[in-house]
Amino acid sequence: MKGNETMLDFRTSKFVLRISRDSYQLLKRHLQEKQNNQIWNIVQEHLYIDIFDGMPRSKQQIDAMVGSLAGEAKREANKSKVFFGLLKEPEIEVPLDDEDEEGENEEGKPKKKKPKKDSIGSKSKKQDPNAPPQNRIPLPELKDSDKLDKIMNMKETTKRVRLGPDCLPSICFYTFLNAYQGLTAVDVTDDSSLIAGGFADSTVRVWSVTPKKLRSVKQAADLSLIDKESDDVLERIMDEKTASELKILYGHSGPVYGASFSPDRNYLLSSSEDGTVRLWSLQTFTCLVGYKGHNYPVWDTQFSPYGYYFVSGGHDRVARLWATDHYQPLRIFAGHLADVNCTRFHPNSNYVATGSADRTVRLWDVLNGNCVRIFTGHKGPIHSLTFSPNGRFLATGATDGRVLLWDIGHGLMVGELKGHTDTVCSLRFSRDGEILASGFASLSHDSRVSPDIYVDFSGETA
Amino acid sequence: GEGKRGCRMAEEKKLKLSNTVLPSESMKVVAESMGIAQIQEETCQLLTDEVSYRIKEIAQDALKFMHMGKRQKLTTSDIDYALKLKNVEPLYGFHAQEFIPFRFASGGGRELYFYEEKEVDLSDIINTPLPRVPLDVCLKAHWLSIEGCQPAIPENPPPAPKEQQKAEATEPLKSAKPGQEEDGPLKGKGQGAAPADGKGKEKKAPPLLEGAPLRLKPRSIHELSVEQQLYYKEITEACVGSCEAKRAEALQSIATDPGLYQMLPRFSTFISEGVRVNVVQNNLALLIYLMRMVKALMDNPTLYLEKYVHELIPAVMTCIVSRQLCLRPDVDNHWALRDFAARLVAQICKHFSTTTNNIQSRITKTFTKSWVDEKTPWTTRYGSIAGLAELGHDVIKTLILPRLQQEGERIRSVLDGPVLSNIDRIGADHVQSLLLKHCAPVLAKLRLPPDNQDAYRAEFGSLGPLLCSHVVKARAQAALQAQQVNRTTLTITQPRPTLTLSQAPQPGPRTPGLLKVPGSIALPVQTLVSARAAAPPQPSPPPTKFIVMSSSSASSTQQVLSLSTSAPGSGSTTTSPVTTTVPSVQPIVKLVSTATTAPPSTAPSGPGSVQKYIVVSLPPTGEGKGGPASHPSPAPPPSSAPSPLGGSALCGGKQEAGDSPPPAPGTPKANGSQPPGSGSPQPAP
Repeated sequence: MKGNETMLDFRTSKFVLRISRDSYQLLKRHLQEKQNNQIWNIVQEHLYIDIFDGMPRSKQQIDAMVGSLAGEAKREANKSKVFFGLLKEPEIEVPLDDEDEEGENEEGKPKKKKPKKDSIGSKSKKQDPNAPPQNRIPLPELKDSDKLDKIMNMKETTKRVRLGPDCLPSICFYTFLNAYQGLTAVDVTDDSSLIAGGFADSTVRVWSVTPKKLRSVKQAADLSLIDKESDDVLERIMDEKTASELKILYGHSGPVYGASFSPDRNYLLSSSEDGTVRLWSLQTFTCLVGYKGHNYPVWDTQFSPYGYYFVSGGHDRVARLWATDHYQPLRIFAGHLADVNCTRFHPNSNYVATGSADRTVRLWDVLNGNCVRIFTGHKGPIHSLTFSPNGRFLATGATDGRVLLWDIGHGLMVGELKGHTDTVCSLRFSRDGEILASGFASLSHDSRVSPDIYVDFSGETA
Repeated sequence: GEGKRGCRMAEEKKLKLSNTVLPSESMKVVAESMGIAQIQEETCQLLTDEVSYRIKEIAQDALKFMHMGKRQKLTTSDIDYALKLKNVEPLYGFHAQEFIPFRFASGGGRELYFYEEKEVDLSDIINTPLPRVPLDVCLKAHWLSIEGCQPAIPENPPPAPKEQQKAEATEPLKSAKPGQEEDGPLKGKGQGAAPADGKGKEKKAPPLLEGAPLRLKPRSIHELSVEQQLYYKEITEACVGSCEAKRAEALQSIATDPGLYQMLPRFSTFISEGVRVNVVQNNLALLIYLMRMVKALMDNPTLYLEKYVHELIPAVMTCIVSRQLCLRPDVDNHWALRDFAARLVAQICKHFSTTTNNIQSRITKTFTKSWVDEKTPWTTRYGSIAGLAELGHDVIKTLILPRLQQEGERIRSVLDGPVLSNIDRIGADHVQSLLLKHCAPVLAKLRLPPDNQDAYRAEFGSLGPLLCSHVVKARAQAALQAQQVNRTTLTITQPRPTLTLSQAPQPGPRTPGLLKVPGSIALPVQTLVSARAAAPPQPSPPPTKFIVMSSSSASSTQQVLSLSTSAPGSGSTTTSPVTTTVPSVQPIVKLVSTATTAPPSTAPSGPGSVQKYIVVSLPPTGEGKGGPASHPSPAPPPSSAPSPLGGSALCGGKQEAGDSPPPAPGTPKANGSQPPGSGSPQPAP
């Protein structure tokens, strides 16, 4: 057993136990009275007793927090301030107003939309008190195409219906046929135009689910012939002959366990059993970079919501922060005692959450690489994570079939959603944050509705 | 290696029991297999501990791969990857898809698990045809939920299974309305992804209804959703419209869609009212269309029709015995409608007749009464006889044969007598051929071979001679078949057009391009194979196969069926060695149902079940086991073109956050436009 890392962890670090001062006094007195020095020594040697003042907790309260491999989180571990607010949206609203006005006139329903639009406008102008400074993490400049996307996005936001128990969503369900249990990862672009699937046969497949087919850029020789001044140059560089609904990306040499589109839909990341994360171009449908570093299977990867950065986590128990133009990681988030199963960026891109097989969820600060939150309470390896769109909550799902909701600002568990009987494989909030969908992949797929939060998006079926 | 591997797998199963340790004998066996004869007990113990620990470690890692692959079954590749993690070379060549059959052996005080290695003849492998190339992965979209309601399309689990419909019909107060909160636990049991159906109601309802001791709310939903209304409109219009392709598609949809039960009352009323109106107007075409709708409803395995049989039977009966069904009785072929409807009634009897409702005896009585009546016109007479004849050989034997003489006289008086009315003549002629058609096969079984014209005349009167020659023909045919069976078995695909094939046994994925429905017997096997290949877990499911024991000259569908009807026969005590020409050999036919979910209650021809008939043996005379025998399948009267169906294969497009109202699901694609108004008048429902 010498080589076993888990054993080593237990030997070298202390199991954290939180006890109220009264209970601790009682325990100490009891052990001293009984002259039970041996036990006292074990307690001294292997336990870290985190004493807090106040009422002892009830059994229920304790049960809710236990389960982690290394005991509960120390109190001070969750004390540091977390800027969970959203970043200010850039000021690109001028064209929006114009076009929106036109749209309203056409539809003849200006009255209904006015107040909504105003509320959105005012919200994005006001600085969120909980938000990090705008340049805390250097973010890439917005490109013109990004701005167009944002405008489209905002326009759609105004049309959005507020979901809730009385107003349930419509769900379009995509099924992968003939996958023969080989589908291991799925991602959908934010505008639902592309779906990527990672497969056990090492391929990554990208589908277009809109009538617009996938085309790659022409070869260099052909590109040189194109008139670069023409207006439709972006159209001209595409090779019509390559148009197809599906593109298969070959390059990995093991099952692909993670896939993530970049927000601008130009890139795709995939992580695989072969220990690499690969960056694919969705213009040429070729592999651009293979990021090596994990050396062991990489279980998950995700792009930052602003692009450029991405995070990956794997069997080597660390999560790594990368930038697409660096072949080495910018940060290594070490601390988990077992595999990092899933990694997610906070909507403001300043934090990264990781869920691990040691049954804890950690929140890491991208700026300095510190662990700022440790959430314990799951009774099994965590397999899915998602942030609420407002950045305030984190939902986690584990093999114990439970979905837990955490308040990031206070570092507390705020809810438990029961209903699943097996691993919760995917979680996703609806865009307005009203509804949480949980997916449970098995031979027969299953998605469930929990009493206070609703299911909206069921991601993957094997 | 294998032995070790075997132990490993066995070990994984026991992982739940902590502290499981391999027996030290295993170490000895492994040591022996490597040529180390003597090994100390202590060494064995040490090795056991170490190996057990390593195996557990590897199993734990393998589980990670399983979880990450979103599977619930550990595969050999998971173990390979786990070995790779430990820098151990994986065991190559262990890519079994299914359960690895480890064998257990004991003897000499030892217990062993081992992997049985069979010797494989290479030439066998080389000579077997290549397996089909598995289909490539593809994407399919459908609406899982539309504003919180689950649309009733094949991709979604059926909103109310047949049992539930039955429970609703029979025990209204106990059963829960679908979409009501009581539905919850049922879903929870893993009925699967039936999440959103009526969730809106569910959310609002509980506080109000929790305490109510008895629910007195009306059970059945009287409103249809907009989509259902659209669907109903499209389907009914297509069914009675003028476009045959659309009609075929609509009927296909009725026969296969799982979510129609809410519309059943409407369909039922549509049919019965339609028949009522169109019988008065003598609109033959529409009556035929309506009967085909009844047939389609009957064929839908997910519908619980019992509640509506009382409405359907009168409609069908009307189409059998009505005095006049068409505008020009001398020209139009209303006989085909009567035949078809008669078969429908027989099917209804078969499905729904019980000792309590006595449907069959009531129907039989009705037919007999109208037949016996002297004043009954020839048309009704024909219908009554057809209806009786379709009920089976026993009915023919007891009710029709005794009246043959009387009926023969009546026919002769019309045919030979002075020409009174052309219509009567035609009627009598049809009745005569009908009687001959149905009675001959029965007589061929009942009577011993020497067929004597005089004997027949003596027994059956004026029809005797004709009957005699028909019986001889029937015998010859039977003989031909039997011979054919002896010589060859011919594998062809299921001979019934349009009805069954489109519905794969698994409700699962269908591949759009492969949904061609074969319209004829000459369907190439390949089509079928690919149509079924959509079922994911088994890469090569067996195609629907009939090993038919019939002459290859049997060219038409009808022929094949009737042959197989008589060949395996209802081989009961009445069967005697047939004729001298018949080799006294009858095949035993074994019915192999490969359907996964076919409930036993559905008829053998139920579209859900894929059946395989295998000729098991050819014993001398005697008990054949009737597979399809007792189930004559009516072909739809006006031959329906092979339809490129897809009535139900509808996929929703992409969807944004949940705004714009989605297209009506379940509406057949092709029905975008209204059926042209030029068509025949529609029944007023």
